[in-house]
Amino acid sequence: MADSAHPWKTLPMTATPSTETPAAARPSSPDASGHFGRFGGRFVPEALIVALDELDAHFRAAQTDPAFQAELEHLLTTYTGRPSPLTECARFGAEAGGAQVLLKREDLNHTGSHKINNVLGQALLTVRMGKTRVIAETGAGQHGVATATAAALFGLECVVYMGEEDTRRQALNVARMRLLGAEVVPVTAGSRTLKDAMNEAMRDWVTNVDSTHYIIGTVAGPAPFPEMVREFHRVIGRESREQVLALTGRLPDAVAACVGGGSNAIGIFSGFYDDPSVRLCGYEAGGDGVDTGRHAAAITGGSVGVLHGQRSFVLQDDDGQTVESHSISAGLDYPGVGPEHAFLAETGRATYEAVTDVEAMDAFRLLCRTEGIIPAIETAHALAGALRLGRELGPDAIVLVNCSGRGDKDVETASRWFGLMEGERAPEGRV
Amino acid sequence: MSSLHEAFAAAKAEDRAALVGYLPAGFPTVDGAVDAIRVMVENGVDIVEIGLPYSDPLMDGPTIQAAVDAALRGGVTTKDVLATAEAVARTGAPTLVMTYWNPVERYGTERFARDLASAGGIGVITPDLTPEEAGPWIEASDVAGIDRVFLVAPSSSDERIDVVCGITTGFVYAASLMGVTGVKSVSSAAPELVARTRPRTPLPVAVGLGVSTADQAADVAQYADGVIVGSAFVKQLLEAPTPAEGVAAVGRLAAELAEGVRRR
Repeated sequence: MADSAHPWKTLPMTATPSTETPAAARPSSPDASGHFGRFGGRFVPEALIVALDELDAHFRAAQTDPAFQAELEHLLTTYTGRPSPLTECARFGAEAGGAQVLLKREDLNHTGSHKINNVLGQALLTVRMGKTRVIAETGAGQHGVATATAAALFGLECVVYMGEEDTRRQALNVARMRLLGAEVVPVTAGSRTLKDAMNEAMRDWVTNVDSTHYIIGTVAGPAPFPEMVREFHRVIGRESREQVLALTGRLPDAVAACVGGGSNAIGIFSGFYDDPSVRLCGYEAGGDGVDTGRHAAAITGGSVGVLHGQRSFVLQDDDGQTVESHSISAGLDYPGVGPEHAFLAETGRATYEAVTDVEAMDAFRLLCRTEGIIPAIETAHALAGALRLGRELGPDAIVLVNCSGRGDKDVETASRWFGLMEGERAPEGRV
Repeated sequence: MSSLHEAFAAAKAEDRAALVGYLPAGFPTVDGAVDAIRVMVENGVDIVEIGLPYSDPLMDGPTIQAAVDAALRGGVTTKDVLATAEAVARTGAPTLVMTYWNPVERYGTERFARDLASAGGIGVITPDLTPEEAGPWIEASDVAGIDRVFLVAPSSSDERIDVVCGITTGFVYAASLMGVTGVKSVSSAAPELVARTRPRTPLPVAVGLGVSTADQAADVAQYADGVIVGSAFVKQLLEAPTPAEGVAAVGRLAAELAEGVRRR
């Protein structure tokens, strides 16, 4: 195997070894300071450096510790319910140019999304570091729910920061977190969404760093978070590569995933880094359209900047002030993106496009009605991308989609969008 | 000899710590902030830090957040901050800008250093710029001839303090506690941090975070070369019924703190 060239590949690999790839086509492992090319790094108060160094050391030790890996593997199997299945979607595929559309069913994981993969890993690290309290930021609430779940499982104190705007549009997940024993703190600063929740979590962390681990929910933040969160989500790519090969006898032509911070996308993309024939396609939240300025597409419609401890693409104005993002999807409503995505975009290994609210909701409804699967609205952006890919590539193509989450939490938003409540009518064009 | 050096030397000659005062530009207005800072200087602040309002101030507590939010809503720009620095520098007080890193990079690292120097500013405090990421800033600040102030924290290892001191000029900013601005009071970790920092640098060491009263200033002045006060000044402006009363309250606080750093 080519693993020796990839220091991050320390998890047991069972997938078929890939064919040789020109080195230039491969994303690199971050350098010693956590850079992916010119992106990533650490831009944080000095007070956090020791905690980041400690986390880095524990993470690297755990990566090569068979006991840690066995414990994580055990949890992923017996608690999360891995491996998640691969579902072939013939009726949905018929709408996607007849392509073979395969869904990687992260929505079937315990807690309803891919987020649990990362959270279990970081919760184990929290225990390993001797810390007793975890904090998290959450947008859609999926990461918050996953963190609250792991905290309950490990007996850790848990505080989740959530923008006030998001507590309103994701009320069901707020209740879930509270049922699980977590404290949910509505954040009223700034735009009252995910970015402000992340600011508040950082402030908590710098204040309570001795007792507390900050479980960042995406492949963003200061090093080692982007790399570490990717490693905990690699399982998605590893499993799905094997599953696609087993089912179809070949690799997919394209892999589609939604990108907010980008954790589910990195998880599935990373399984195919060494397969140059596989297109890696990320779909950002286009909101009302990138040209309207009301969107959350940091790569497609942003510029290089520093936010939340790292350099990446950011939505910002001429003075470097973060611009408020807009998306129907609370989980993608974030003005930044993980640094590895910035690197993949700049090197061309992955491509990124924006999907508007309207396109995403059309794809959302289509999956509901053709496959009997209600996806998360975040995931619907990837499904809209799969429709584009299938129509472009045609009936011989295999398109793998990361079905990153389920849509129970979005039923109210979708009902309002489509006018499904008693006595309501759908806005024109949405039925 | 930088004027920061002069300011600390002058304080030392009087056998006291220097008083460093922070206020953000643009709050309550650009001119209002300049008025408040001038009054701060007239009442005994030796060195001025002008905050550059930023949308995501990770190191700041609710007081400074509220002020910079208001400043940004009022439309303050990086150019306004530089104009504020120019107006304040005319008072003769050594004037620094305290800023998160992204606005500097966006403005242009070299351009920011150059424009601040032309405005009469003498340095920049960068609370979220780590030494590992500071290469371009070290170069730009050297070229422009302005000081670059980095922070050490109670959690910093001795090796880490060496790294920070190795690239810092002007003075070393010792964060007195683990936390954000304006929430907790100066902690018992502060004297220990200053004691660990001193042998590692010839520069003055100033303590910030958690100092809001004359008594605290007097206490910190016993072991530090400088006492930095921010949120307490901002609070005077936030809580005053009118801008004029806010400016007056800033003046009163400055006078009290100036007495504090002179107390035996």
